[in-house]
Amino acid sequence: MILNANVKLWVKKIALALLGGLAVPSVLAVELSGYAGAEYRYFLHDSALPFPGQHVPSLVLAPEFYTEWDDGQQSLLFSPFLRLDGEDAERTHGDIGELQWLLVRDDWELRVGVGKVFWGVAESQHLVDVINQTDLVENSDTEDKLGQPMINLSVFRDWGTVDLFVMPYFRERTFAGRDGRLRGPLVVDTDAAAYESGAGRHHLDVAVRWSHSLGDWDIGVSHFYGTNREPQLLLNSTATALIPFYETMHQTGLDAQYTAEAWLWKLETIRRETDADTFFALTGGVEYTFYSVFETDVDVGLIAEYLFDDRDDARKTAFEDDVLMGARLTWNDTQSTALLFGLIQDLSSEDIGWNIEASRRIGDRWKLSVEGRFFSVNDNTSVLYPVRRDDYFQLELARYF
Amino acid sequence: MGIKMRNYLLLLLLAVSPFVLAETNAEKGHAIALETDNRDKGWQDSFAEMRMVLRNRHGKESVRLIRVTNLEMDGDGDKGLTVFDEPRDIKGTAFLSYSHALVPDEQWIYLPALKRVKRISSSNKSGPFMGSEFAYEDISSFEIPKYSYLYLRDEVINGIDCFVLELRPQYKHSGYIKSHVWVDKVEYRRQKIDYYDRKDSLLKIQTFSDYHLYLERYWRAHTMTMDNQQNGKSTTLHWRDFKFKTGLADDDFKKNDLKRQR
Repeated sequence: MILNANVKLWVKKIALALLGGLAVPSVLAVELSGYAGAEYRYFLHDSALPFPGQHVPSLVLAPEFYTEWDDGQQSLLFSPFLRLDGEDAERTHGDIGELQWLLVRDDWELRVGVGKVFWGVAESQHLVDVINQTDLVENSDTEDKLGQPMINLSVFRDWGTVDLFVMPYFRERTFAGRDGRLRGPLVVDTDAAAYESGAGRHHLDVAVRWSHSLGDWDIGVSHFYGTNREPQLLLNSTATALIPFYETMHQTGLDAQYTAEAWLWKLETIRRETDADTFFALTGGVEYTFYSVFETDVDVGLIAEYLFDDRDDARKTAFEDDVLMGARLTWNDTQSTALLFGLIQDLSSEDIGWNIEASRRIGDRWKLSVEGRFFSVNDNTSVLYPVRRDDYFQLELARYF
Repeated sequence: MGIKMRNYLLLLLLAVSPFVLAETNAEKGHAIALETDNRDKGWQDSFAEMRMVLRNRHGKESVRLIRVTNLEMDGDGDKGLTVFDEPRDIKGTAFLSYSHALVPDEQWIYLPALKRVKRISSSNKSGPFMGSEFAYEDISSFEIPKYSYLYLRDEVINGIDCFVLELRPQYKHSGYIKSHVWVDKVEYRRQKIDYYDRKDSLLKIQTFSDYHLYLERYWRAHTMTMDNQQNGKSTTLHWRDFKFKTGLADDDFKKNDLKRQR
C-alpha cells in the first residue's frame, strides 16, 4: 500500500513536470560536438580462418547534439554513432548511443529515451555494470556500449541516491562477422538470436541501485532482473554457426571503493542467477599513484586486481582465477599524453593477455591514439583460445569538433 | 662573577629576542591572513568562466576553456565544480572537489566518453592542473589552517603599498617549502606570490591584476599569470562573468551532478 502510494506520488510529480515541460521555447540553440576519426588496425599474424585479412582500415563518426531549456532543468541529448569498417560487414555498424530527455528537479531526475549508464569501480572488468549491452565488435575490450532504451528515475536523499530503471527493449550484443578478426572459427549468427523469455527482446527489464559516498567510501548496491546481456553461444542445427541465446537473470551487485591518500582500494562482486547457472564473481584490487615521479610532472599509477569466478569453467569465463597488473602513466603535459599498460594472467593456465593504450593531443583539435592487444593463450579450453592469433596494433587519428 | 652574569644575560637575550620578534611577526602574519580571509566571507556561491592560456618557452600557446562553480562552506574548505569545454577532446569532463584544510580533499572526476564517475586521490597537490603552470594546490580554496604565517616586511610593488607574508604549507604533499605573498594594505588583495620549491629555490611567480569589485565587497582578479622561473613556461588565467549568490546549495555539488554537466 505504501509502495502504491509512493508510485502514485511519483506519477503525479512526473506528470506535473511533463506539463511544465510542454512550455518549450520555440527556438532552441543546438550545441554540436563530437569527433570523426580514421583508424587502422594491423593484425600481426595471418588468421587461422580463411576470410579475415591482416590490414583493417575503418572510419568513425560520433557527433553529439545537445539542447537545453527551462533554465537548464530540461535537456535533450542525441549522440548517434557510425563505424565503417574496411573488412568486416558486421563491424560496419551504427547505433544511437543516446537520445535522451532529461528532467532535473531539486531532489530527483528523470531520464527517458536511450541512454548509457556506468556502474562500478574496477579497471580489469566491469562485473556490476549490466545496464548497457557491450558493443563487442567495436572493441573486444568490452568497454564500448550500445545505447539502452530506458526510463531512469534518480532520487537523491541524505542517505544516498536511488536509481530505478525500466528497460522495455533489449539490445543484442554485436559480434565480428565472417571477415572479422577476434572471433572463433564459427561466426555468431546474430539474426538467429534466441531468448529464454517468451517476450524475447521486449522483456521488461528492471533494475534498482543505491549508491552513496560516505567519507572515504564510495559504495553501490544494485539488483537487476531481466535479459542477461551476456549470451550463451549455442551451435545451430547444422553446426555451421553459433546462435546467441539470451537467458533471463537476476543479478545482485556490490561495488565499493575506499580512497586513502594515493591508495584506491576497489571491490566489485556479483551473484548472478540464471536457469543454467548460479554463480559468484569478484574483482578486487588496488591502485596506487606516485605523483610527480623523479621531479618530473609524470604520474605513475600502479594497478593490481584479482579476478575470481566460482564457475571455474574456462568455457564460460576467461577470468575465473586471474590477476591484472598494470601501470598508468600520465605526463600532465599540454598534450595530455597518457599511457596505460596492463596484463591479465590466468593463474591456473598461465595464459596471458597484454594490453597497451596510449594517446596524445595534437594541436587543439586532434588526438592520436595507439592501442595494442596481444594474446599468449595455450589452454585450448579457454574462451580466449580462438583469438590467440589475433594480436593487433591500432592507430587512430581523430578530429574533435 | 660579574662577567659570567653578563654572559648569561647576553646568552639569554640572544636566545630569546629573535624568538620574541618571530612570535610577533608570526602573530602579525596570522592576523593579516585572517583579515584577508574575513574580507572574502559571505559570498555563498560563485560562478565564473575561465580562459586558460598555456605558453611554452617558445611562446607557443594552447587554450583551455573552463567553467568554475564554487560553494562557500562555513568552517570548512569550499566545494567546487569545474567543467571543461576546450580542448574539445575533453569536453564535458567535470571535476568535483570538497576541499578541507588539513584532512585530504574529496575529489571525483567524470569521464564523459565512459559515462564514468571516478573517485580520485587528492594527494596530488603539487602536480600541474591541466598541463598548466598552476598546481592543484595553487587553485584550491584558501583556508587559514593550511599554512603557518610570518609577516616579513612592508613593500611597495607596482605603486601599491603591500604587506609581505611568508606562508609555509601545513598540509601534506605540498610542492613548496614556502611562498611569499604580497597583500595590499587597503583592500587585502593578493598582488603577487613567489613560490619556493622543496629545495628552497624560487620556482614560480604569480601575479594578480585587473581586479573587479563584486557586490560592493568581493574583489576578484580577472587576470592571473603564473611564470615558471625554472622552465620558462607560463600560464595566464583570464576570468570573466563572475556571479555570486546565485542560489546554489549543497545538492548542486553532489557526485550525481557530474553526469549532467555540459
